[in-house]
Amino acid sequence: MFQPKPDNEPCCGSPPGPPSSPDERPGYRLCSFVERFVATPEGVTPQVKTRLGLRDWLGTLRARLGIRRDHYRVAPGLYAAGSPCADSPVLVTANYKLSFDVLRRELTGANVWIVVLDTRGVNVWCAAGKKTFGTDELIDRVKAVGLARIVNHRELVLPQLGAPGVDGNRVRKTCGFKVVWGPIRARDLKKFLDSGKQAEPQMRQLSFSLGERLVLVPVELSLLVTPSLWIVLAIVVLSAVGPTFSLALTWLRVVEMTMAYAVGVVSGAVVVPLMLPWLPWRSFYLKGGLVGLVGGLAVTLGRGVGESRVLAMILVCMTVSSYAAMNFTGATPYASPSGVEKEMRRGIPLQVVALVIALALWVGGRFWS
Amino acid sequence: MNDFRYLPGVSTLRLKEDLCIGCGACVEVCPHQVFSVNESKATIVDLDGCMECGACALNCPVAAITVSPGVGCASYIIQTWIKGKGAVIECC
Repeated sequence: MFQPKPDNEPCCGSPPGPPSSPDERPGYRLCSFVERFVATPEGVTPQVKTRLGLRDWLGTLRARLGIRRDHYRVAPGLYAAGSPCADSPVLVTANYKLSFDVLRRELTGANVWIVVLDTRGVNVWCAAGKKTFGTDELIDRVKAVGLARIVNHRELVLPQLGAPGVDGNRVRKTCGFKVVWGPIRARDLKKFLDSGKQAEPQMRQLSFSLGERLVLVPVELSLLVTPSLWIVLAIVVLSAVGPTFSLALTWLRVVEMTMAYAVGVVSGAVVVPLMLPWLPWRSFYLKGGLVGLVGGLAVTLGRGVGESRVLAMILVCMTVSSYAAMNFTGATPYASPSGVEKEMRRGIPLQVVALVIALALWVGGRFWS
Repeated sequence: MNDFRYLPGVSTLRLKEDLCIGCGACVEVCPHQVFSVNESKATIVDLDGCMECGACALNCPVAAITVSPGVGCASYIIQTWIKGKGAVIECC
């Protein structure tokens, strides 16, 4: 016999979800970091959430691993954090989602405007170096969002690390807004704003702690994936070269040299960044060479050091580590371009010589032994 | 960045003290405390601390500071060696 279901039981599937947000528009997607929209004299502006959600953390993880990092961006323009009014401060940042997330996470309880510049999805500091976090972009963006009609004051708070790209004097002359250099780290922002926009000396000073070095490692490794595939292919080809062909010997040689290469990558791109303050010498190619030597000796342990292939493995490990460490200068906050060029003029010839000797020992060893 | 020091004597940073008006903009933008302002003149107190980011030169209102700024990344410099300084270079 037919019995109607009670009212509280859904007729099919799971119960309906929450109603659509009043801010949703056909054809437009509401970004997960937008809470709602607030009215301004220039139209509505998205109010951002100051707590990061699961999607933000997953995105952060993805960007840190170097997966589609260049595509992790937010739309440039004006945003609100909290309920800003015409007297609220204006903060400026890059449209790299990681920079944007770090900023909004520190703004719980604050009422500020955020102007996001189009830095092509690059963080503040690197974008300042490339001048996309730059004077013209800032002037154009301030005009485009109609900032002069939204706020009464004429002040923009910029992250200090944007200074290599932004000429504060020209911004003031061209669009009437004075640039105030904020702290380097977003976590000091509230203190900075609360103390009348005064930066304490330590807010202006860079740091490079173990944690700050650690988060850079995955991206360094991700940049090596494609070249590594080619290098392993070369190892396979070179391992087969010899007076007689033997599949077993070729396989052994592929495994041995790939191990030496892999240990070289880990030495230069992981161990050197982590142990940076404790390694001797200031040049990165030397630091990398030293760690590579230790790694090379470890990976060849138990094999006769006199053998040419063992020497070749150690040399490859040192060279790869030296090069990878030298490339890490680009991620450090204290290496100068003049210094990097100087050490490269010394390091690269040594790396080339070491590699040529390694190849001669590796391939030639099979002919003369 | 006192814990981390890079190669000494390489920085291209120069300050023309006669032009300096002592506004302190360089002190404000430098992330390595390379400058100090005393008696309405800036001085370079830590030349080897300079990483040539160029923030000071860009923000000096009287153009008293010169530096040759750039990207301190090996793969970038290799590309400038190969393609020339003016070329479009893919980097980090």
